[in-house]
Amino acid sequence: MAVSVDEAVSTGPARGHAPPARRFGGRGRSVLEVVLLTVLAVVMLFPVLWMIETSIKENRDVYAIPAEFFGFKVTMDHFKDVFVAPGGGRSALSVSFLNSAVVAGVSTVLATVLGVPAAWAYSRFSVKAKKDQLFFILSTRFMPPVVIVIPIFLMYRQAGLIDSKLGLILIYAAFNVPFTIWMMKGFVDEVPAEYEDAAMLDGYTRLQAFWKFTLPLLVPGIAATAVFALIFSWNEFVFAIFLTSSDDVRTAPPAIAGLIGGTTTDWGLVAAASVVFALPVLVFAYLVRKHLIAGVTLGAVRR
Amino acid sequence: MSDPVPLTTDRPVQEASSTPPAPGRSRRLTDRGLAVAFISPALLLLLAMSVFPLLWALYLSFTDYSATRGGPANFIGFGNYTAILTSAQVHTRALTTLIYVCGAVGLQTVLGFGIAYLISRRTHGRGVLTTMFLVPMMLSPVVVGLFWRFMLDAQFGVINSMLGSLGLGQVEWLTRQRTALVSLIVVDTWQWTPFIMLIALAGLTAVPKYLYEAASIDRASEWFRFRTITLPLVWPLLLIAVLFRAIEAFRLFDLVYILTNGGPGVSTETLSFHVYKVAFLGFNTGTASAYGILMVLVVIVLTQLYLRYLNKLKED
Repeated sequence: MAVSVDEAVSTGPARGHAPPARRFGGRGRSVLEVVLLTVLAVVMLFPVLWMIETSIKENRDVYAIPAEFFGFKVTMDHFKDVFVAPGGGRSALSVSFLNSAVVAGVSTVLATVLGVPAAWAYSRFSVKAKKDQLFFILSTRFMPPVVIVIPIFLMYRQAGLIDSKLGLILIYAAFNVPFTIWMMKGFVDEVPAEYEDAAMLDGYTRLQAFWKFTLPLLVPGIAATAVFALIFSWNEFVFAIFLTSSDDVRTAPPAIAGLIGGTTTDWGLVAAASVVFALPVLVFAYLVRKHLIAGVTLGAVRR
Repeated sequence: MSDPVPLTTDRPVQEASSTPPAPGRSRRLTDRGLAVAFISPALLLLLAMSVFPLLWALYLSFTDYSATRGGPANFIGFGNYTAILTSAQVHTRALTTLIYVCGAVGLQTVLGFGIAYLISRRTHGRGVLTTMFLVPMMLSPVVVGLFWRFMLDAQFGVINSMLGSLGLGQVEWLTRQRTALVSLIVVDTWQWTPFIMLIALAGLTAVPKYLYEAASIDRASEWFRFRTITLPLVWPLLLIAVLFRAIEAFRLFDLVYILTNGGPGVSTETLSFHVYKVAFLGFNTGTASAYGILMVLVVIVLTQLYLRYLNKLKED
């Protein structure tokens, strides 16, 4: 809301240099645009606000008809339920959050370790059919997960990887490697190859030149790329639900989805779990907002 | 760091490093080795986790294998493919998917571009506005699906409650055949409009200002400026975003699973969801594999289109 007020005030002077005859119409239109933007912003943000509101409502307020927007009693019980089991001790949900962190973290590290050197090699060397290779790599990322999961399921059953964190880590790493290569290639392209040439004239080998001079310059890019890979793995649902089943392996998305299985659903708990689940993503996404376009297009579009 | 950097500006030295043939060749050889060593681990992982499973699915698609029945897989040729391509069930799902993809991506494009256009005309608070609009995109489809399911609930959902206080009737959003598909489209649009908006905004802010200034000197109308300057310059980038979304929408599974579970009846079953039912509820692994391979073919065509446009954009 504060933004819209801000906008309305600030547009006056900004439009001040318009031709005087059209000035009034211009301002009227500007106000209309601000109103439109405000309405759209409210529509876009309302579900998120409603989720947060529901998570701090008492149960009888959650199901109130008509819905209560203000003046309900605030409670933190749902958040307590997310982390603490009814009988005390850790809840299944909190274990799933921990699993999610482990799986997303390790798979991101794996994808980064494999992807960054590959991106550097694709950027620096003349590899045979480079463009085709890169396009092939990106197209593996577009395969429908429901289709891939069928043979993966059979493969994992043979290898004993069903319902294991390692299985999830491997498939998530495989899904993040194409992204890491594409995203990182953009960052490597921005570092002049001359730095390495110069280092090699000083007697360093190519590998040392990469390690000592290029890699340190890539650290911010690697961090941004890793954050996106982390978000993708953290949010992933399809593989998680088909490849895991037990509580001590299951990640948070299927665990939260599992809350609505029964006859009655504790929507307050679902909301609180969703808030806890989504908060780190939003914080991380805010940190990498500069690279958001490259990130969400899997490194394909850079501006 | 400080030592080699001055050398980079030193033109003669740099040229010397690439001209002598003898050291150049030996260096290139080690470079090739290094390239192979750096690229192959990533490619191996992709081969093992993406290509091999697809090949296995391709093999299974020609058999009557069932994951639960076990036993040997009998080769049945193109039986699975003809069964799928002639099945009325599949045709229904294909139509549902088409409606869903066109509806959702179309709405997202119009809304996303509209919002981006409005934001690009603001001089202040652009950053804050953009950030606010981007929130839905970053959420997991699970969270989005769950939350809309709660909000669209026929009895205590907040949407019906608001409709009620406006004096409008109640709508059974997720339990009526027609409205369920509409709800799915609306929710997907809510989540992914920011995606189109983000990319359109990048395109809009990249349009050079002097073009508009020149147009306003010529007293060109707003619509004329939009049609001849804005749209042609933003269109290539927007097309990439639209194709990207189309691929994603085509393979969508999680939102359907959470929001409607394909129901009521089969009204919101997309192709992805149907593959899941055939594979994991019907246990016809062979049929499901053939089904999946056909979907992969569609995705490959769309991806090729996407990559071709991407290539064109990069070369410009």
